[in-house]
Amino acid sequence: MAVKQISVYLENKQGTISDITGLLADHNIDLRSLCIADTKDFGILRIIADDMTRAAEIIKEAGHTFNVREVVCFTVPDEAGGLAKVLRILDEGCVNIEYMYAVIANKADSAHIIARVDDNERTEAILAENGIEVISENGDLN
Amino acid sequence: MAPEQIRALQSEKLVKQVKHVYENVPFYKALMDEKGVGPEDIRGVDDLKKLPFISKAELRETYPYGMLAVPLSECVRIQSTSGTTGKRVIAYYNQHDIDLWEDCCARAIVAAGGTKDDVVQVCYGYGLFTGGAGLHGGSHKVGSLTLPMSSGNTERQIQFMMDLGATILCCTPSYAAYIGETLKEQGYGPDDIPLKSGIFGAEPWTQEIRQNIEELMGIKAFDIYGLTEMSGPGVAFECEEQKGMHINEDHFIAEIIDPNTGEVLPDGTKGELVFTCLDKEAFPLLRYRTRDICVLNREKCSCGRTHVRMSKPMGRSDDMMIIRGVNVFPSQIEAVLIKEGFSCNYQIELSRVNNSDTFDVYVEFLPEQFDDTVKNVAQKEKGLQAALRSMLGISPAVHLVAPKTIARSEGKAVRVIDKRKLHD
Repeated sequence: MAVKQISVYLENKQGTISDITGLLADHNIDLRSLCIADTKDFGILRIIADDMTRAAEIIKEAGHTFNVREVVCFTVPDEAGGLAKVLRILDEGCVNIEYMYAVIANKADSAHIIARVDDNERTEAILAENGIEVISENGDLN
Repeated sequence: MAPEQIRALQSEKLVKQVKHVYENVPFYKALMDEKGVGPEDIRGVDDLKKLPFISKAELRETYPYGMLAVPLSECVRIQSTSGTTGKRVIAYYNQHDIDLWEDCCARAIVAAGGTKDDVVQVCYGYGLFTGGAGLHGGSHKVGSLTLPMSSGNTERQIQFMMDLGATILCCTPSYAAYIGETLKEQGYGPDDIPLKSGIFGAEPWTQEIRQNIEELMGIKAFDIYGLTEMSGPGVAFECEEQKGMHINEDHFIAEIIDPNTGEVLPDGTKGELVFTCLDKEAFPLLRYRTRDICVLNREKCSCGRTHVRMSKPMGRSDDMMIIRGVNVFPSQIEAVLIKEGFSCNYQIELSRVNNSDTFDVYVEFLPEQFDDTVKNVAQKEKGLQAALRSMLGISPAVHLVAPKTIARSEGKAVRVIDKRKLHD
Protein backbone atom coordinates (compact mmCIF):
# COMPACT_ATOMS: atom_id res chain seq x y z
CA MET A 1 0.00 0.00 0.00
CA ALA A 2 1.39 3.35 -1.03
CA VAL A 3 0.49 6.91 -0.16
CA LYS A 4 -2.18 8.70 -2.25
CA GLN A 5 -1.30 11.96 -3.98
CA ILE A 6 -3.52 14.41 -5.89
CA SER A 7 -2.11 16.19 -8.93
CA VAL A 8 -3.89 19.22 -10.33
CA TYR A 9 -3.23 20.68 -13.77
CA LEU A 10 -2.81 24.45 -13.51
CA GLU A 11 -2.39 27.08 -16.13
CA ASN A 12 0.50 29.43 -15.64
CA LYS A 13 -1.61 32.33 -14.40
CA GLN A 14 -1.61 34.42 -11.30
CA GLY A 15 -3.79 33.10 -8.51
CA THR A 16 -4.26 29.51 -9.65
CA ILE A 17 -2.31 27.96 -6.74
CA SER A 18 -4.02 30.08 -4.14
CA ASP A 19 -7.39 29.13 -5.67
CA ILE A 20 -6.72 25.49 -4.83
CA THR A 21 -5.12 25.99 -1.42
CA GLY A 22 -7.91 28.43 -0.50
CA LEU A 23 -10.54 25.94 -1.61
CA LEU A 24 -9.01 23.20 0.56
CA ALA A 25 -8.60 25.58 3.51
CA ASP A 26 -12.29 26.53 3.24
CA HIS A 27 -13.12 22.87 3.67
CA ASN A 28 -10.72 22.44 6.56
CA ILE A 29 -8.39 20.10 4.69
CA ASP A 30 -4.91 19.94 6.19
CA LEU A 31 -2.03 19.58 3.73
CA ARG A 32 0.82 17.18 4.55
CA SER A 33 2.94 18.05 1.56
CA LEU A 34 2.90 20.22 -1.52
CA CYS A 35 5.12 20.41 -4.56
CA ILE A 36 4.86 22.17 -7.91
CA ALA A 37 6.31 21.11 -11.22
CA ASP A 38 6.42 24.17 -13.41
CA THR A 39 6.98 24.81 -17.10
CA LYS A 40 6.61 27.87 -19.28
CA ASP A 41 2.88 27.43 -19.85
CA PHE A 42 1.53 25.26 -17.10
CA GLY A 43 2.21 23.76 -13.70
CA ILE A 44 1.29 20.57 -11.91
CA LEU A 45 0.46 20.97 -8.25
CA ARG A 46 0.99 17.76 -6.27
CA ILE A 47 -0.48 17.55 -2.83
CA ILE A 48 -0.95 15.03 -0.06
CA ALA A 49 -3.62 15.80 2.51
CA ASP A 50 -4.98 14.16 5.64
CA ASP A 51 -8.36 13.30 4.10
CA MET A 52 -7.68 12.43 0.48
CA THR A 53 -11.18 11.22 -0.37
CA ARG A 54 -12.73 14.54 0.62
CA ALA A 55 -9.90 16.56 -0.92
CA ALA A 56 -10.44 14.77 -4.25
CA GLU A 57 -14.20 15.34 -4.09
CA ILE A 58 -13.73 19.05 -3.44
CA ILE A 59 -11.26 19.47 -6.28
CA LYS A 60 -13.49 17.49 -8.63
CA GLU A 61 -16.52 19.56 -7.76
CA ALA A 62 -14.59 22.74 -8.50
CA GLY A 63 -14.12 21.36 -12.03
CA HIS A 64 -10.33 20.99 -12.12
CA THR A 65 -8.34 18.65 -14.32
CA PHE A 66 -6.71 16.38 -11.75
CA ASN A 67 -5.88 12.82 -10.90
CA VAL A 68 -5.22 10.71 -7.84
CA ARG A 69 -2.38 8.21 -7.86
CA GLU A 70 -0.36 6.17 -5.43
CA VAL A 71 3.22 7.24 -4.83
CA VAL A 72 5.97 5.67 -2.76
CA CYS A 73 6.87 7.43 0.48
CA PHE A 74 9.81 6.60 2.72
CA THR A 75 11.80 8.17 5.54
CA VAL A 76 15.49 9.06 5.38
CA PRO A 77 17.75 10.36 8.15
CA ASP A 78 18.30 14.15 8.02
CA GLU A 79 22.05 13.99 7.53
CA ALA A 80 24.57 14.39 4.73
CA GLY A 81 24.27 11.44 2.36
CA GLY A 82 21.03 10.20 3.93
CA LEU A 83 19.10 10.36 0.67
CA ALA A 84 22.03 9.45 -1.55
CA LYS A 85 22.36 6.11 0.20
CA VAL A 86 18.75 5.18 -0.39
CA LEU A 87 18.82 6.29 -4.02
CA ARG A 88 21.86 4.14 -4.64
CA ILE A 89 19.95 1.15 -3.30
CA LEU A 90 17.02 1.93 -5.60
CA ASP A 91 19.34 2.42 -8.54
CA GLU A 92 20.93 -0.95 -7.91
CA GLY A 93 17.43 -2.42 -7.79
CA CYS A 94 16.80 -0.87 -11.24
CA VAL A 95 13.94 1.34 -9.98
CA ASN A 96 13.09 4.12 -12.39
CA ILE A 97 12.10 7.41 -10.73
CA GLU A 98 9.78 9.74 -12.67
CA TYR A 99 9.94 12.53 -10.10
CA MET A 100 10.45 12.98 -6.38
CA TYR A 101 10.37 15.60 -3.67
CA ALA A 102 11.18 15.85 0.03
CA VAL A 103 9.14 16.90 3.04
CA ILE A 104 10.68 17.66 6.43
CA ALA A 105 9.20 15.28 8.98
CA ASN A 106 7.92 16.36 12.40
CA LYS A 107 9.99 13.59 13.89
CA ALA A 108 13.44 14.94 14.71
CA ASP A 109 16.33 14.28 12.34
CA SER A 110 14.42 12.80 9.45
CA ALA A 111 12.75 13.72 6.19
CA HIS A 112 10.11 12.05 4.06
CA ILE A 113 10.76 11.40 0.41
CA ILE A 114 7.84 11.07 -1.99
CA ALA A 115 8.53 9.51 -5.36
CA ARG A 116 6.66 8.36 -8.40
CA VAL A 117 8.32 5.19 -9.62
CA ASP A 118 7.63 2.62 -12.30
CA ASP A 119 6.64 -0.12 -9.85
CA ASN A 120 5.39 0.77 -6.37
CA GLU A 121 5.24 -2.72 -4.92
CA ARG A 122 8.71 -3.72 -6.01
CA THR A 123 10.19 -0.42 -4.79
CA GLU A 124 8.56 -0.77 -1.39
CA ALA A 125 9.84 -4.32 -1.10
CA ILE A 126 13.41 -3.21 -1.87
CA LEU A 127 13.16 -0.40 0.69
CA ALA A 128 11.78 -2.72 3.38
CA GLU A 129 14.49 -5.32 2.71
CA ASN A 130 17.10 -2.65 3.33
CA GLY A 131 15.54 -1.53 6.59
CA ILE A 132 14.22 1.76 5.29
CA GLU A 133 10.93 2.94 6.80
CA VAL A 134 8.12 2.93 4.23
CA ILE A 135 5.01 5.03 4.91
CA SER A 136 1.88 3.45 3.55
CA GLU A 137 -0.92 5.52 5.04
CA ASN A 138 -1.49 9.21 4.39
CA GLY A 139 -2.19 9.71 8.08
CA ASP A 140 1.30 8.43 8.97
CA LEU A 141 2.96 11.18 6.97
CA ASN A 142 3.81 13.69 9.65
CA MET B 1 -46.11 15.77 -52.39
CA ALA B 2 -44.12 13.84 -54.97
CA PRO B 3 -40.84 15.46 -56.10
CA GLU B 4 -42.27 16.24 -59.60
CA GLN B 5 -45.25 17.99 -58.02
CA ILE B 6 -42.96 20.05 -55.78
CA ARG B 7 -40.95 21.06 -58.82
CA ALA B 8 -44.07 22.07 -60.72
CA LEU B 9 -45.24 24.14 -57.76
CA GLN B 10 -41.82 25.77 -57.46
CA SER B 11 -41.82 26.62 -61.18
CA GLU B 12 -45.23 28.22 -60.98
CA LYS B 13 -44.28 30.29 -57.92
CA LEU B 14 -40.87 31.23 -59.31
CA VAL B 15 -42.32 32.76 -62.48
CA LYS B 16 -44.57 35.00 -60.40
CA GLN B 17 -41.85 35.84 -57.88
CA VAL B 18 -39.32 36.91 -60.53
CA LYS B 19 -41.93 39.19 -62.06
CA HIS B 20 -42.73 40.66 -58.62
CA VAL B 21 -39.06 41.35 -57.86
CA TYR B 22 -38.28 42.71 -61.33
CA GLU B 23 -41.14 45.15 -61.14
CA ASN B 24 -40.60 46.27 -57.54
CA VAL B 25 -36.87 46.11 -56.77
CA PRO B 26 -34.97 48.50 -59.07
CA PHE B 27 -31.63 47.21 -57.77
CA TYR B 28 -32.37 43.61 -58.82
CA LYS B 29 -33.96 44.76 -62.08
CA ALA B 30 -30.67 46.47 -62.90
CA LEU B 31 -28.75 43.26 -62.11
CA MET B 32 -31.05 41.28 -64.41
CA ASP B 33 -30.88 43.86 -67.18
CA GLU B 34 -27.12 43.88 -66.95
CA LYS B 35 -27.13 40.07 -67.38
CA GLY B 36 -29.57 40.40 -70.28
CA VAL B 37 -32.25 38.33 -68.62
CA GLY B 38 -35.87 39.42 -68.25
CA PRO B 39 -38.84 37.94 -66.38
CA GLU B 40 -40.08 36.40 -69.63
CA ASP B 41 -36.93 34.23 -69.75
CA ILE B 42 -37.84 32.52 -66.49
CA ARG B 43 -40.42 29.85 -67.28
CA GLY B 44 -39.58 27.43 -64.50
CA VAL B 45 -37.00 26.07 -62.08
CA ASP B 46 -34.73 25.05 -64.95
CA ASP B 47 -34.27 28.72 -65.82
CA LEU B 48 -33.24 29.68 -62.28
CA LYS B 49 -29.54 29.51 -63.19
CA LYS B 50 -30.01 32.45 -65.58
CA LEU B 51 -30.68 34.79 -62.65
CA PRO B 52 -27.94 36.85 -61.00
CA PHE B 53 -26.81 36.01 -57.46
CA ILE B 54 -27.29 38.19 -54.42
CA SER B 55 -24.66 38.09 -51.70
CA LYS B 56 -24.09 39.89 -48.44
CA ALA B 57 -22.20 42.59 -50.38
CA GLU B 58 -25.35 43.51 -52.37
CA LEU B 59 -27.37 43.62 -49.15
CA ARG B 60 -24.87 46.06 -47.68
CA GLU B 61 -24.98 48.14 -50.81
CA THR B 62 -28.77 48.37 -50.72
CA TYR B 63 -28.97 48.96 -46.96
CA PRO B 64 -31.44 49.81 -45.56
CA TYR B 65 -34.38 49.89 -48.01
CA GLY B 66 -32.93 48.86 -51.40
CA MET B 67 -34.26 45.27 -51.44
CA LEU B 68 -37.81 46.10 -50.34
CA ALA B 69 -40.40 44.81 -52.82
CA VAL B 70 -43.53 46.26 -51.19
CA PRO B 71 -44.24 49.75 -49.84
CA LEU B 72 -42.77 50.24 -46.38
CA SER B 73 -46.28 51.01 -45.08
CA GLU B 74 -47.23 47.36 -45.74
CA CYS B 75 -44.42 46.04 -43.57
CA VAL B 76 -45.14 45.10 -39.97
CA ARG B 77 -41.76 44.01 -38.63
CA ILE B 78 -38.01 44.02 -39.12
CA GLN B 79 -35.46 41.53 -37.82
CA SER B 80 -31.73 41.93 -38.12
CA THR B 81 -28.52 39.95 -38.20
CA SER B 82 -25.97 40.41 -35.43
CA GLY B 83 -23.71 42.31 -37.79
CA THR B 84 -20.63 40.46 -36.54
CA THR B 85 -19.29 40.03 -40.06
CA GLY B 86 -19.83 43.61 -41.09
CA LYS B 87 -22.83 45.83 -41.56
CA ARG B 88 -26.13 44.52 -40.25
CA VAL B 89 -28.65 43.06 -42.64
CA ILE B 90 -32.19 44.25 -42.03
CA ALA B 91 -34.99 41.97 -43.20
CA TYR B 92 -38.55 43.29 -43.66
CA TYR B 93 -41.76 41.34 -43.21
CA ASN B 94 -45.37 42.01 -44.04
CA GLN B 95 -48.00 39.97 -42.20
CA HIS B 96 -48.00 37.33 -44.94
CA ASP B 97 -44.24 36.87 -44.55
CA ILE B 98 -44.50 36.57 -40.77
CA ASP B 99 -47.17 33.88 -41.14
CA LEU B 100 -45.08 32.01 -43.67
CA TRP B 101 -42.02 32.12 -41.41
CA GLU B 102 -43.94 31.02 -38.33
CA ASP B 103 -45.46 28.14 -40.32
CA CYS B 104 -41.95 26.98 -41.20
CA CYS B 105 -40.96 27.05 -37.51
CA ALA B 106 -44.18 25.26 -36.56
CA ARG B 107 -43.21 22.43 -38.93
CA ALA B 108 -39.85 22.16 -37.13
CA ILE B 109 -41.60 21.95 -33.74
CA VAL B 110 -44.02 19.30 -34.99
CA ALA B 111 -41.10 17.32 -36.43
CA ALA B 112 -39.54 17.41 -32.95
CA GLY B 113 -42.71 15.85 -31.55
CA GLY B 114 -44.50 19.07 -30.61
CA THR B 115 -48.29 19.24 -30.22
CA LYS B 116 -50.74 21.63 -28.56
CA ASP B 117 -50.12 19.75 -25.31
CA ASP B 118 -46.43 20.63 -25.21
CA VAL B 119 -44.66 23.33 -23.21
CA VAL B 120 -42.07 25.02 -25.43
CA GLN B 121 -39.29 26.91 -23.68
CA VAL B 122 -37.80 29.43 -26.08
CA CYS B 123 -34.42 30.63 -24.86
CA TYR B 124 -33.11 31.95 -28.12
CA GLY B 125 -32.58 35.69 -27.77
CA TYR B 126 -35.65 37.82 -28.33
CA GLY B 127 -35.36 41.12 -30.10
CA LEU B 128 -33.68 41.74 -33.42
CA PHE B 129 -32.30 38.19 -33.56
CA THR B 130 -34.66 35.88 -35.47
CA GLY B 131 -34.19 32.90 -33.15
CA GLY B 132 -36.55 34.00 -30.39
CA ALA B 133 -39.25 35.51 -32.61
CA GLY B 134 -39.27 32.57 -35.05
CA LEU B 135 -39.64 29.72 -32.60
CA HIS B 136 -42.00 31.80 -30.47
CA GLY B 137 -44.33 32.33 -33.42
CA GLY B 138 -43.97 28.69 -34.51
CA SER B 139 -44.89 27.48 -31.05
CA HIS B 140 -48.02 29.68 -31.11
CA LYS B 141 -48.99 28.22 -34.48
CA VAL B 142 -48.66 24.68 -33.09
CA GLY B 143 -50.76 25.73 -30.12
CA SER B 144 -48.15 24.78 -27.54
CA LEU B 145 -47.78 26.69 -24.30
CA THR B 146 -44.92 29.08 -25.08
CA LEU B 147 -42.41 30.21 -22.45
CA PRO B 148 -40.82 33.39 -23.87
CA MET B 149 -37.65 33.13 -21.78
CA SER B 150 -35.11 34.70 -24.13
CA SER B 151 -31.45 33.82 -23.48
CA GLY B 152 -29.43 34.07 -20.29
CA ASN B 153 -30.27 33.87 -16.60
CA THR B 154 -29.71 30.13 -16.46
CA GLU B 155 -31.01 29.80 -12.89
CA ARG B 156 -34.36 31.21 -13.97
CA GLN B 157 -34.39 29.01 -17.11
CA ILE B 158 -33.99 25.93 -14.93
CA GLN B 159 -36.60 27.06 -12.44
CA PHE B 160 -39.24 27.59 -15.16
CA MET B 161 -38.23 24.36 -16.89
CA MET B 162 -38.70 22.29 -13.73
CA ASP B 163 -41.71 24.13 -12.28
CA LEU B 164 -43.74 24.33 -15.49
CA GLY B 165 -42.62 21.00 -16.94
CA ALA B 166 -41.13 22.29 -20.21
CA THR B 167 -41.10 19.50 -22.80
CA ILE B 168 -39.31 21.16 -25.75
CA LEU B 169 -36.26 23.39 -25.41
CA CYS B 170 -35.29 25.85 -28.16
CA CYS B 171 -31.89 27.56 -28.00
CA THR B 172 -28.37 27.50 -29.42
CA PRO B 173 -26.60 24.14 -28.94
CA SER B 174 -23.85 25.76 -26.87
CA TYR B 175 -26.44 27.21 -24.50
CA ALA B 176 -28.27 23.85 -24.38
CA ALA B 177 -25.00 22.19 -23.33
CA TYR B 178 -24.49 24.89 -20.73
CA ILE B 179 -28.00 24.43 -19.31
CA GLY B 180 -27.45 20.66 -19.34
CA GLU B 181 -24.17 20.96 -17.42
CA THR B 182 -25.75 23.33 -14.92
CA LEU B 183 -28.64 20.91 -14.40
CA LYS B 184 -26.13 18.12 -13.81
CA GLU B 185 -24.21 20.26 -11.30
CA GLN B 186 -27.46 20.87 -9.48
CA GLY B 187 -27.99 17.14 -9.25
CA TYR B 188 -30.66 16.68 -11.95
CA GLY B 189 -30.21 13.50 -13.99
CA PRO B 190 -31.90 12.81 -17.37
CA ASP B 191 -34.89 11.19 -15.62
CA ASP B 192 -35.56 14.25 -13.46
CA ILE B 193 -35.81 16.63 -16.41
CA PRO B 194 -39.26 17.00 -18.04
CA LEU B 195 -37.86 17.80 -21.52
CA LYS B 196 -38.40 15.28 -24.33
CA SER B 197 -36.74 17.10 -27.18
CA GLY B 198 -34.86 20.22 -28.17
CA ILE B 199 -34.55 22.32 -31.32
CA PHE B 200 -31.07 23.72 -31.56
CA GLY B 201 -29.51 25.91 -34.21
CA ALA B 202 -28.04 29.29 -35.14
CA GLU B 203 -24.47 28.03 -34.84
CA PRO B 204 -22.44 25.03 -36.02
CA TRP B 205 -22.45 21.98 -33.76
CA THR B 206 -21.05 18.49 -33.99
CA GLN B 207 -22.46 15.00 -33.55
CA GLU B 208 -20.51 14.80 -30.31
CA ILE B 209 -22.17 17.93 -28.92
CA ARG B 210 -25.53 16.44 -29.93
CA GLN B 211 -24.78 13.24 -28.05
CA ASN B 212 -23.58 15.19 -25.03
CA ILE B 213 -26.78 17.27 -24.91
CA GLU B 214 -28.99 14.21 -25.45
CA GLU B 215 -27.30 12.31 -22.62
CA LEU B 216 -27.20 15.21 -20.18
CA MET B 217 -30.91 15.94 -20.45
CA GLY B 218 -32.36 12.65 -21.72
CA ILE B 219 -33.81 14.27 -24.84
CA LYS B 220 -33.70 13.96 -28.60
CA ALA B 221 -31.81 16.94 -30.05
CA PHE B 222 -33.04 18.26 -33.41
CA ASP B 223 -31.12 20.56 -35.70
CA ILE B 224 -32.76 23.58 -37.30
CA TYR B 225 -31.39 25.83 -40.02
CA GLY B 226 -32.24 29.26 -41.22
CA LEU B 227 -30.96 32.71 -41.90
CA THR B 228 -32.38 36.17 -41.43
CA GLU B 229 -32.10 36.86 -45.15
CA MET B 230 -34.60 34.03 -45.84
CA SER B 231 -36.81 34.90 -42.79
CA GLY B 232 -34.98 33.22 -39.93
CA PRO B 233 -34.91 29.71 -38.47
CA GLY B 234 -37.15 27.11 -40.06
CA VAL B 235 -35.83 27.22 -43.62
CA ALA B 236 -34.84 23.60 -42.94
CA PHE B 237 -35.27 21.30 -39.96
CA GLU B 238 -34.55 17.76 -38.87
CA CYS B 239 -37.12 14.99 -38.67
CA GLU B 240 -36.98 12.03 -36.27
CA GLU B 241 -34.46 10.28 -38.54
CA GLN B 242 -31.86 12.97 -37.68
CA LYS B 243 -30.21 12.44 -41.05
CA GLY B 244 -30.12 15.87 -42.60
CA MET B 245 -32.57 18.76 -42.51
CA HIS B 246 -35.63 18.89 -44.76
CA ILE B 247 -35.76 22.17 -46.64
CA ASN B 248 -39.22 23.75 -46.88
CA GLU B 249 -39.17 23.48 -50.66
CA ASP B 250 -42.66 24.82 -51.12
CA HIS B 251 -41.26 28.18 -49.96
CA PHE B 252 -37.58 28.02 -50.89
CA ILE B 253 -35.58 26.63 -53.80
CA ALA B 254 -32.15 25.32 -52.79
CA GLU B 255 -29.18 25.10 -55.15
CA ILE B 256 -25.58 24.04 -54.56
CA ILE B 257 -22.96 26.02 -56.44
CA ASP B 258 -19.21 26.09 -56.78
CA PRO B 259 -18.28 29.07 -54.56
CA ASN B 260 -15.50 30.09 -56.93
CA THR B 261 -17.22 29.85 -60.32
CA GLY B 262 -20.90 30.17 -59.39
CA GLU B 263 -21.66 27.08 -61.48
CA VAL B 264 -24.59 24.94 -60.27
CA LEU B 265 -23.40 21.56 -59.01
CA PRO B 266 -25.33 18.27 -59.16
CA ASP B 267 -27.11 16.98 -56.04
CA GLY B 268 -24.78 15.10 -53.72
CA THR B 269 -21.86 17.42 -54.44
CA LYS B 270 -20.40 19.60 -51.72
CA GLY B 271 -20.69 23.31 -52.41
CA GLU B 272 -22.20 26.60 -51.37
CA LEU B 273 -25.90 26.65 -50.58
CA VAL B 274 -28.00 29.20 -52.49
CA PHE B 275 -31.64 29.98 -51.69
CA THR B 276 -34.46 31.59 -53.63
CA CYS B 277 -37.56 32.80 -51.77
CA LEU B 278 -40.72 31.70 -53.58
CA ASP B 279 -43.46 33.24 -51.47
CA LYS B 280 -42.00 36.07 -49.47
CA GLU B 281 -43.37 39.43 -50.50
CA ALA B 282 -41.57 42.21 -48.61
CA PHE B 283 -37.96 41.01 -48.78
CA PRO B 284 -37.88 38.35 -51.48
CA LEU B 285 -34.26 37.50 -52.23
CA LEU B 286 -33.52 35.52 -55.38
CA ARG B 287 -30.46 33.25 -55.54
CA TYR B 288 -29.03 34.43 -52.22
CA ARG B 289 -25.57 32.99 -51.51
CA THR B 290 -25.58 31.72 -47.91
CA ARG B 291 -21.81 31.06 -47.72
CA ASP B 292 -22.69 27.77 -46.02
CA ILE B 293 -20.93 24.77 -47.49
CA CYS B 294 -23.14 21.66 -47.57
CA VAL B 295 -24.58 18.78 -49.60
CA LEU B 296 -28.19 18.15 -50.75
CA ASN B 297 -29.68 14.68 -50.52
CA ARG B 298 -32.78 13.82 -52.62
CA GLU B 299 -33.05 10.23 -51.41
CA LYS B 300 -36.44 9.31 -50.02
CA CYS B 301 -36.54 9.83 -46.26
CA SER B 302 -38.14 7.13 -44.15
CA CYS B 303 -40.06 9.76 -42.17
CA GLY B 304 -42.29 10.21 -45.22
CA ARG B 305 -41.37 13.82 -45.98
CA THR B 306 -40.45 14.33 -49.62
CA HIS B 307 -38.63 17.64 -49.25
CA VAL B 308 -34.92 17.54 -50.06
CA ARG B 309 -32.52 17.24 -47.13
CA MET B 310 -29.46 19.41 -46.60
CA SER B 311 -26.47 18.25 -44.58
CA LYS B 312 -25.35 20.19 -41.56
CA PRO B 313 -23.18 23.04 -42.92
CA MET B 314 -19.59 21.78 -43.05
CA GLY B 315 -18.10 25.22 -42.86
CA ARG B 316 -18.63 28.61 -44.33
CA SER B 317 -17.02 29.82 -47.46
CA ASP B 318 -16.30 33.03 -45.51
CA ASP B 319 -15.36 31.22 -42.25
CA MET B 320 -12.28 30.13 -44.03
CA MET B 321 -9.14 31.50 -42.42
CA ILE B 322 -6.03 32.04 -44.46
CA ILE B 323 -3.13 31.32 -42.14
CA ARG B 324 0.40 31.53 -43.52
CA GLY B 325 -1.21 31.26 -46.93
CA VAL B 326 -3.08 28.04 -46.13
CA ASN B 327 -6.90 27.76 -46.13
CA VAL B 328 -8.14 26.54 -42.75
CA PHE B 329 -11.72 25.87 -41.63
CA PRO B 330 -12.62 25.66 -37.92
CA SER B 331 -14.56 22.47 -38.76
CA GLN B 332 -11.27 20.77 -39.72
CA ILE B 333 -9.84 21.55 -36.29
CA GLU B 334 -12.99 20.24 -34.64
CA ALA B 335 -12.70 16.97 -36.57
CA VAL B 336 -9.12 16.46 -35.32
CA LEU B 337 -10.10 17.22 -31.72
CA ILE B 338 -12.87 14.60 -31.82
CA LYS B 339 -10.63 12.01 -33.45
CA GLU B 340 -7.82 12.54 -30.95
CA GLY B 341 -10.15 12.36 -27.95
CA PHE B 342 -9.90 16.00 -26.95
CA SER B 343 -12.63 18.32 -25.70
CA CYS B 344 -14.53 20.26 -28.35
CA ASN B 345 -14.21 23.41 -26.31
CA TYR B 346 -11.50 25.19 -28.17
CA GLN B 347 -10.51 28.60 -29.38
CA ILE B 348 -8.28 29.65 -32.24
CA GLU B 349 -6.22 32.78 -31.85
CA LEU B 350 -4.52 34.38 -34.82
CA SER B 351 -2.10 37.24 -34.58
CA ARG B 352 0.76 38.69 -36.52
CA VAL B 353 4.27 39.11 -35.19
CA ASN B 354 7.00 40.55 -37.44
CA ASN B 355 4.72 40.19 -40.47
CA SER B 356 4.19 36.50 -39.99
CA ASP B 357 1.05 34.80 -38.72
CA THR B 358 0.92 33.22 -35.30
CA PHE B 359 -1.57 30.40 -34.93
CA ASP B 360 -2.55 29.26 -31.44
CA VAL B 361 -5.13 26.64 -30.54
CA TYR B 362 -6.42 26.54 -26.97
CA VAL B 363 -8.16 23.34 -25.92
CA GLU B 364 -9.65 22.42 -22.57
CA PHE B 365 -7.69 19.58 -20.97
CA LEU B 366 -10.02 16.79 -19.83
CA PRO B 367 -9.41 15.08 -16.47
CA GLU B 368 -9.40 11.63 -18.15
CA GLN B 369 -6.50 12.71 -20.38
CA PHE B 370 -4.34 13.86 -17.49
CA ASP B 371 -1.62 11.72 -16.02
CA ASP B 372 0.38 13.62 -13.42
CA THR B 373 3.64 14.28 -15.19
CA VAL B 374 5.02 17.16 -17.23
CA LYS B 375 6.00 14.59 -19.85
CA ASN B 376 2.38 13.48 -20.26
CA VAL B 377 1.13 17.02 -20.84
CA ALA B 378 3.92 17.74 -23.31
CA GLN B 379 3.13 14.50 -25.18
CA LYS B 380 -0.56 15.37 -25.41
CA GLU B 381 0.26 18.84 -26.76
CA LYS B 382 2.76 17.48 -29.25
CA GLY B 383 0.42 14.70 -30.36
CA LEU B 384 -2.40 17.14 -31.02
CA GLN B 385 -0.04 19.53 -32.79
CA ALA B 386 1.14 16.73 -35.08
CA ALA B 387 -2.44 15.63 -35.84
CA LEU B 388 -3.43 19.21 -36.65
CA ARG B 389 -0.36 19.65 -38.83
CA SER B 390 -1.15 16.54 -40.84
CA MET B 391 -4.77 17.72 -41.33
CA LEU B 392 -4.04 21.37 -42.09
CA GLY B 393 -0.56 21.42 -43.52
CA ILE B 394 0.55 24.04 -41.02
CA SER B 395 1.47 23.67 -37.40
CA PRO B 396 -0.32 25.55 -34.63
CA ALA B 397 0.98 26.12 -31.11
CA VAL B 398 -1.25 23.96 -28.92
CA HIS B 399 -2.13 25.03 -25.38
CA LEU B 400 -4.02 22.80 -22.99
CA VAL B 401 -6.06 24.93 -20.64
CA ALA B 402 -8.04 24.14 -17.51
CA PRO B 403 -11.66 23.00 -17.93
CA LYS B 404 -14.31 25.69 -18.30
CA THR B 405 -11.75 28.42 -18.96
CA ILE B 406 -12.79 28.89 -22.58
CA ALA B 407 -15.72 31.25 -22.56
CA ARG B 408 -19.03 29.52 -23.21
CA SER B 409 -21.24 32.30 -24.30
CA GLU B 410 -24.93 32.09 -23.80
CA GLY B 411 -25.34 33.07 -27.42
CA LYS B 412 -22.96 31.97 -30.15
CA ALA B 413 -19.63 30.33 -29.30
CA VAL B 414 -16.64 32.43 -30.30
CA ARG B 415 -14.19 30.00 -31.90
CA VAL B 416 -11.84 32.33 -33.70
CA ILE B 417 -10.13 35.42 -32.39
CA ASP B 418 -8.30 37.12 -35.22
CA LYS B 419 -6.05 39.92 -34.00
CA ARG B 420 -4.24 40.33 -37.29
CA LYS B 421 -6.20 43.41 -38.38
CA LEU B 422 -6.05 42.34 -42.02
CA HIS B 423 -8.90 44.66 -42.96
CA ASP B 424 -9.53 48.23 -41.97
